[in-house]
Amino acid sequence: MTTIDTSRLAAAHARYLVLEQMRVPIAVLSTALFPALALVFFVLPFDWVDDPVQATTSVAQLALFGVLSGLLFTFGVGVADDREKPWDPYLRTLPAPPVARIVGRLAVGASFALLGLLPVVVIGALFTPATVAPERLLAAVAMLLVAGLPFLFGGLAIGYSLPTKAALPVTQLVFFPMAFGGGLLMPPEIFPDWLQVASGLLPSRGARDLLIWTLGGAAPMALAVVTFVVWTVALAGLAVWAYRRDEGRRFR
Amino acid sequence: MTPPLRLDGVTRRYGEVTALDDIGFELESGSLTGLLGPNGAGKSTLVNLAAGLRRADAGTVRLFGGDPRDAVNRVALGMTPQQTGLPDTLRVGEVVRFVAGHFPDPVPAGELLDRFGLAGLERRQTGGLSGGQKRRLVLALAFAGRPRLVLLDEPTTGLDVEGRRALWDAVREFHAGGGTVLLTTHYLDEIESLAQRVVVLAGGRIRADGDVDTVRGTVRRSRVTLRAATLPELPGVEHTERDGDRWTLHTADADQLVRDLVGSGAPFADLGVAQASLEDAFLTLTGADR
Repeated sequence: MTTIDTSRLAAAHARYLVLEQMRVPIAVLSTALFPALALVFFVLPFDWVDDPVQATTSVAQLALFGVLSGLLFTFGVGVADDREKPWDPYLRTLPAPPVARIVGRLAVGASFALLGLLPVVVIGALFTPATVAPERLLAAVAMLLVAGLPFLFGGLAIGYSLPTKAALPVTQLVFFPMAFGGGLLMPPEIFPDWLQVASGLLPSRGARDLLIWTLGGAAPMALAVVTFVVWTVALAGLAVWAYRRDEGRRFR
Repeated sequence: MTPPLRLDGVTRRYGEVTALDDIGFELESGSLTGLLGPNGAGKSTLVNLAAGLRRADAGTVRLFGGDPRDAVNRVALGMTPQQTGLPDTLRVGEVVRFVAGHFPDPVPAGELLDRFGLAGLERRQTGGLSGGQKRRLVLALAFAGRPRLVLLDEPTTGLDVEGRRALWDAVREFHAGGGTVLLTTHYLDEIESLAQRVVVLAGGRIRADGDVDTVRGTVRRSRVTLRAATLPELPGVEHTERDGDRWTLHTADADQLVRDLVGSGAPFADLGVAQASLEDAFLTLTGADR
């Protein structure tokens, strides 16, 4: 009986995806710089970031913003786009189990999302009074990966169930309310009451609260943490379902 | 012995359209089979089911005795994408090595590229290849893993003369070494000399299955060509094509037609009788009217 070395294949697929990404440096650059630009425009010009706690919170929110946008677009639009190319069904005929391809894709997606953190953290450290202890920083990076899960699964669900032309606007439509409503662009403390509740129902709010908490900030809003877990599980289920029913592009 | 590919009662629909309708089909190990059919006949669907890309709505598909949707059953399968869709930015060598990395004992990249006339292009990005070179690379990939079964879906589409020769050489060599081949094509004359067995697929059903002579014999059609200003009504003519004073008559019995023609006393010249080509057999079988 032939056996298949799944981890070796996952590494091969990851390497292939990295090569593909690196050959278009501008795409890598824009992923890496997008959250940093948001920091420059949304945070630096305002004097309320003179307070170290406020500044740290703002930098953390934008780091999460970067992870959220990176994951949603990489998986939502990227997967939908790949599925439409004749190369993708060909790859599916190679003797690699789906898990090898998915793990490769996740590893690359997570790496590029983390790459986007670097400029934000550097700018935050240099130009704002944001401070964080090294061990808290590590914990925060780990928490960012957890916080990114619902967006990763959501992106996969979109990518595997919609054609690119639909995946792009859907991702954009999801992306903005998620980022804004979750309090990633404006501090949620200034939200009116109704928006607090709406915000608590979004996975991005729970993700944000957990991240700020890891950095020594306020304890998370209970509603937000519960909805974060529910969203993550539901979106994971949706992603698996979408992947299973996908047979490449569907023709009618 | 387990056949490389076996379909039992396979039906596949896309919405309202039935692409394959209760297909039973088996490939013998070491055979070279041509799958013919017009566009939309279900050829690609059959190939996609065999490669595990799609699921059958009913019936079973077995690749080397297992489910083609399990990766492990595809280790001995070589496949080529129908269209060129190579990742533009990757280099030829990178693509070959990536694909080869999926197989336990792949053909070395240099040797494979050499065989398909792509030597020296390893460092080239695939987006910079000519159309013919892309097609050759895509075909080469089907043989990268030393497969036992190769599925070639419209392999000659977009191939230049040199590429076509390289393809047929590779197919012959592979077949001579005991490999099983299933190829779909529109170029009937090509597989007439190559395929041992021809399966005609139309409207999701198998319309004929046998060696080239049998498939042709099932219909026993002949083409009678001649030049004449006018022709009388002749019995047994199923189909007439006319281009000025050139006539092509399709009939089941050419001998009788020629007798009737001579008997009618009508003047004619340049009489020719030819066995129906596979193309004609195919048209008759699928009931297409030109």
